[in-house]
Amino acid sequence: MPGDLMAAFSIAELGHFALVLALFVAIAQSVVPLVGAHRGDAAMMGMARPGAVALALLVGFAFCALMYSFVVSDFSVSNVFENSHTDKPMLYKISGVWGNHEGSLLLWITTLVVFGLAVALSSSNIPPQLRARALSVQAMITVGFLLFILLTSNPFERIDPAPFNGRGLNPLLQDPGLAFHPPMLYLGYVGFSMAFSFAVAALIEGRVDAAWARWVRPWTLVAWTFLTAGIALGSWWAYYELGWGGWWYWDPVENASFMPWLIGTALLHSAIVVEKRDSLKSWTILLAILTFGMSLLGTFLVRSGVITSVHAFASDPTRGLFILMLLVVSVGGALVLYAWRAPQLKGGGLFAPVSREGALLLNNLLMSTAAATVLLGTLYPLIADTLNLGKVSVGPPFFDGVFVPLMVPAIIAMAVGPMLAWKRGDLRGALGRLWMAAGLGVAGMVTVWLMRGGAVGDILASFGIGLAIWLFVGTIMEFGDRIKLFRAPLSESGRRARNLPRAAWGMTIAHAGIALIVAGVTASSAWKGEAVQTQAFGETVTVNGWDFTLLSAETFEQENYTGVRGTFRLSRDGEEVALLTPEKRTYNQPPMPTTEAAIHTTGLHDLYAVIGDPTADGTAFVTRLYFEPLVPFLWYGAGMLCLGGLVSLSDRRHRVGAPVRRREAKAGATAAKPAKA
Amino acid sequence: MKKLIYLVPVIVLAVIASMFMVGLGRDPKIVPSVLIDRPVPEFALEALPDRGRPLSSTDLKGEVTLVNIFGSWCVACIAEHPVLVAIGKTGEVPIHGIAWREKDPRDAMRWLGRHGDPYDLVGHDADSRVAIDFGVTGAPETFVVDAGGVIRYKHIGPVTPEVWENTLKPLIAQLRKPS
Repeated sequence: MPGDLMAAFSIAELGHFALVLALFVAIAQSVVPLVGAHRGDAAMMGMARPGAVALALLVGFAFCALMYSFVVSDFSVSNVFENSHTDKPMLYKISGVWGNHEGSLLLWITTLVVFGLAVALSSSNIPPQLRARALSVQAMITVGFLLFILLTSNPFERIDPAPFNGRGLNPLLQDPGLAFHPPMLYLGYVGFSMAFSFAVAALIEGRVDAAWARWVRPWTLVAWTFLTAGIALGSWWAYYELGWGGWWYWDPVENASFMPWLIGTALLHSAIVVEKRDSLKSWTILLAILTFGMSLLGTFLVRSGVITSVHAFASDPTRGLFILMLLVVSVGGALVLYAWRAPQLKGGGLFAPVSREGALLLNNLLMSTAAATVLLGTLYPLIADTLNLGKVSVGPPFFDGVFVPLMVPAIIAMAVGPMLAWKRGDLRGALGRLWMAAGLGVAGMVTVWLMRGGAVGDILASFGIGLAIWLFVGTIMEFGDRIKLFRAPLSESGRRARNLPRAAWGMTIAHAGIALIVAGVTASSAWKGEAVQTQAFGETVTVNGWDFTLLSAETFEQENYTGVRGTFRLSRDGEEVALLTPEKRTYNQPPMPTTEAAIHTTGLHDLYAVIGDPTADGTAFVTRLYFEPLVPFLWYGAGMLCLGGLVSLSDRRHRVGAPVRRREAKAGATAAKPAKA
Repeated sequence: MKKLIYLVPVIVLAVIASMFMVGLGRDPKIVPSVLIDRPVPEFALEALPDRGRPLSSTDLKGEVTLVNIFGSWCVACIAEHPVLVAIGKTGEVPIHGIAWREKDPRDAMRWLGRHGDPYDLVGHDADSRVAIDFGVTGAPETFVVDAGGVIRYKHIGPVTPEVWENTLKPLIAQLRKPS
């Protein structure tokens, strides 16, 4: 069918062509509005909006073209050949688009321009100069990444003649959790580019005020929420797919996503101080630059091969060099601008160390220190190698050892901070109001400790549970205080709760979510039960009071893999609770084994079963059985973090805009003052 | 003076970036040079139950040998093992095994029973002391030791047929040549 062939032939070329066009639009976009803002030329500034739309259309078209090539399995496109196969289910044909370096880079750029589009089309109350400058900066980043993809990683490259079938997607990636993990992560990483662009625009303008913080905060919130969801999905995937019952490995690639999260969390909190109190400005700007810098650094670490990791992309020094250059030019440029302009930013309101500002600053310091230690641990092998100190690897003991002591004060302060007043807080009063949280925390700690048998080794973990209770109860009490729960009639409390700003709801939900995560992390690290053995049919293995009986195992065949499915009877005190059916699969294309754990959750704990290889005579299998205490709390907590982010995002003031301060600059006013140079 | 503080971030970035520049030129997977061309560390391991004589460092002198670090808990070792069994069947080079971090040495025996036993001598390194001396970063790893008992090469990760044909086999042939 020559017609279809022609259509298939041209789609990929059109996609490539669209990217080239996008490059030119982006170059124009990074110059014209910026110059316009400098001259106060409304027409030139006005170019930013159609420019952003054109960029989004062109890059969006290229992305759709690549997706189309995957959907119709056009193996004359090298990228499709390398990463797809005709017998893959449709979901994985589509997720194959971003399951590789080139395609994921295209997804990166698509996200970048979609955020630009959102800013261009969103609320018109952003002053045109700031908007024009921010969109120009965003376009500069886009130029860098378009050059990267066009020069080193063209996703539309052809092979001639076209192979008959593709090589297939890595089976580990053929999973619903991982189909959505990278897009979420990228929406987070790239979303922080908006805060970065706004920060650079503010530095060019030489002005940061409450209104600025109010415009930046929703974008940061969006990015942070997506990043949280992305990290949680990745962790969840590792938990059920890798078959070891672990959910976090302090792997460099995990750290690469965790560092921007930590700094982004700091940014989220310090932006509140700028907004409410007009203080901590230059610090907030720095955080905005660093958050995106960490995102770029993460991209660099994953793709350059400077650090070994279990899930690095194909490493290529040329690509690594390119991202490094992007990192140096964009973040380095922003930091030079920062060094030059930040000293001129006027500091705002002063505050006492014990105050809401002080607490938020403490959060900032702890989060930044945590990010710095994670960075140090991740880079240490590289540092040691560069300085010829030998090859070393830094593992969980280091990270656990430094991270936990940093998080303990953070969690203690987290319950107190929201209780403090702005400017000057009353620590004694706040602590007085938290007596119940403290009491329940200590009671919880002692109870858990005694329930575990009162062993010395359980003291720390029991303390962790106590901390989680302290934070949870403290957060709820703060909320109760606000709505005068039990101190006013219930109807009055209900009315107050309805009128409470969504941002306050968001905080309560997210902080309570952290409490759940703390509990989950503590329990699952300290009290995980594990049994690895060769288990015969009919044999029962007991893990923490749960009986796993191996009933049977049979082989079966699917479209894209063959597998062995074991059936366990899970019972407690002789009563059957569930049947668990873990699988071990061998994929056809490429041939690779994967484990599919079977997980039964009680809502509190998970029971986790993995089936391995049969013994030579076939009467027994290697099985791994785990009792995973409070692991579901991790997912509840992560869900609450995202929910908190979304609720906070729906706050009225993000939609209505900032009536606080009027800006001098008005659209169309050609006489508008150029920014103070 | 106060303004200098604002320069700190960009300086930190410059340091990290230059570190990356150097790092890009290197391969983190390449073997630590420290152990190469050094004599094997002195050790004497315990035997696996019912499997004859254990491995000690004196066994690594006299001819070119391969020393393979494995464990019954190690997933990648299962992938590697058929290759070792095939090499063992050709008899081209004696392969010694170090069973690393077995909770119970009988697990290693069961594992060898199931997957085949290509080893001449096997020692059990329960407390990782020998693995640490060898600079083992994970299982599996395979060392090429020459007739003088000097470590000449270390392969990290599973030995594949390609690694055997293209790297290990030529190296062994070269080490056997009288110089």
